Amino acid sequence: MELKELQDVCRRVRRDIVIMTNKAGAGHPGGSLSCTEALVALYFDVMRGVDPKDDKNPARDRFVLSKGHAAPALYGTLCERGFFGPEEFDGFRQLHGILQGHPDVKKCPGIDASTGSLGQGISIAVGMALGAKHTGNPCHVYTVIGDGESDEGMVWEASMAAAHYKLDNLTVIFDYNGMQIDGTNDQVMSLGDIRGKFAAFGYDIIEVKDGNDMQQVLDALHAPACPGKPRMIFLHTLKGKGVSFMEGQVGWHGKAPNNEQTAQALKELEA
Amino acid sequence: MSKLVNLVPTGEKDSTRVAYGKALARVGAENEKIVVLDADLAQATMTKEFKAVFPERFYDCGIAEANMVDMAAGMSTMGLIPFCSTFAVFAGRCYDQIRNGVCYPHFNVKFGFSHAGVTLGEDGGSHQAIEDLALMRVLPGMTIFVPSDANETYQCVKAASEIDGPVFIRTARLPSPIYEERPFEVGKGQIIRDGKDCVIYTCGIMLEHTLKAVDLLKEKGIDAALVSFHTIKPLDEELVLEYAAKTGHVFTVEEHSTIGGLGDACAAVLCGKGAFTFEKIGIEDRFGQSGKPAALLEEYGLSAGKIAERIAAGMK
Repeated sequence: MELKELQDVCRRVRRDIVIMTNKAGAGHPGGSLSCTEALVALYFDVMRGVDPKDDKNPARDRFVLSKGHAAPALYGTLCERGFFGPEEFDGFRQLHGILQGHPDVKKCPGIDASTGSLGQGISIAVGMALGAKHTGNPCHVYTVIGDGESDEGMVWEASMAAAHYKLDNLTVIFDYNGMQIDGTNDQVMSLGDIRGKFAAFGYDIIEVKDGNDMQQVLDALHAPACPGKPRMIFLHTLKGKGVSFMEGQVGWHGKAPNNEQTAQALKELEA
Repeated sequence: MSKLVNLVPTGEKDSTRVAYGKALARVGAENEKIVVLDADLAQATMTKEFKAVFPERFYDCGIAEANMVDMAAGMSTMGLIPFCSTFAVFAGRCYDQIRNGVCYPHFNVKFGFSHAGVTLGEDGGSHQAIEDLALMRVLPGMTIFVPSDANETYQCVKAASEIDGPVFIRTARLPSPIYEERPFEVGKGQIIRDGKDCVIYTCGIMLEHTLKAVDLLKEKGIDAALVSFHTIKPLDEELVLEYAAKTGHVFTVEEHSTIGGLGDACAAVLCGKGAFTFEKIGIEDRFGQSGKPAALLEEYGLSAGKIAERIAAGMK
């Protein structure tokens, strides 16, 4: 897919995010908008074996949305990729809907792990990568974690294990939008030299200056693996990216746009 | 009427945790999908028995139980059958991972958690799980085994490997008598002794002590039936009802808190189903402490003598 087409998919996914959260009157638009390029790049360009008609193909690359609250971005991406139709957006966060508040492997096609309890997704991804090595499955495992999520000790337990087991079939994408629920990372729990910390845990690290620039994201995701080391990609992103009044605003972490705001957002996200 | 089980002592003793390690090696030889994860306790959980024969299928996770459980969750999605092994007291430590990482998606992960109950002994209350069954019972889709001896431990491990979904196996450190292998069916209780005056429902290594209690009760002129449940969930509700109706007096005995364990599971079955007396014998809303296993059983009212006393008093 051409760069322009991928950017168009991102725009449509962003519209999906706005529409979904507006309809549900709830959800997490801010952190969904920040990781949209990463998800679209993975599902439309990077991951092998992605097939809506065979979403359990054992050789497929795996994806775990460790920051499970960014589910709207994943649902938008899966919908654009053909795993289900946009009519499912009506059931987002609703009784019997396949699009639960957080990704549910039992309900939604194309999902590889149920996430939402922060810190767990990266650990599950480590297990998938280890299991793939054990069974000789050539698949690659990708996971997106949040910066706020990295307050969780589990992220570090998982990272230690990823390096110990030399999981070069694992890529952890760090959505560095700098904000979490109660404020900026620095207001809530300083991450300090977060890159240095993860490097010390044994990751081969790639830093992406603009994690909302599709070309930069693609370049990082296509960089050759470093033998014997798990990969971490730091994406410097903007929370609420693409919707002017949400950009860089902590308050849009877990708040749905009203109808008026939705109309404005969709106008901004027109082709 | 359900059939009486023929309980034949072999004269040997071993702990169910040692049996767990041996069972993994045996079942692992039959099923190459089985992998074993441990959190730096292979010498204690006895997964070293598996590691010795299948080193390439053994994964140490370091002292990080939470990560072990979710790694197992991830490995299960690759078609493997991971057995996570640690102390039962750490079930609380990795509970969110067992809940959200494994049970919520109903992944095929097994938990062989050892050193349960006060008979762990000298390590004391910080390490004696009295609440693990309560924690596991409330998780939808979880199967729970509490084997009573070494042979039953093998049967539980084997059955766990054949169940598609999460299974918790609770084992103990204290050696207990080994009986000849008896017929095993998931979800079915075993009638160990028939009796007409009252029934004792028990699980795990309390089988040894309740058996002795039955003999002590006989001397007092009380004819007690004894039923052992290797499967706590799904519980053999039919059998729980059958012997309650037959005897009218129910006692549950478990090396676990009287809150949330076998006793409460039986109570939930019996409530509103007839007129029975009902008494739970177990650890009564307090923590364990250091001591010799026999002294601890006495202290917590779980020795054969104390069990018989409670039941005799309850029958008056």
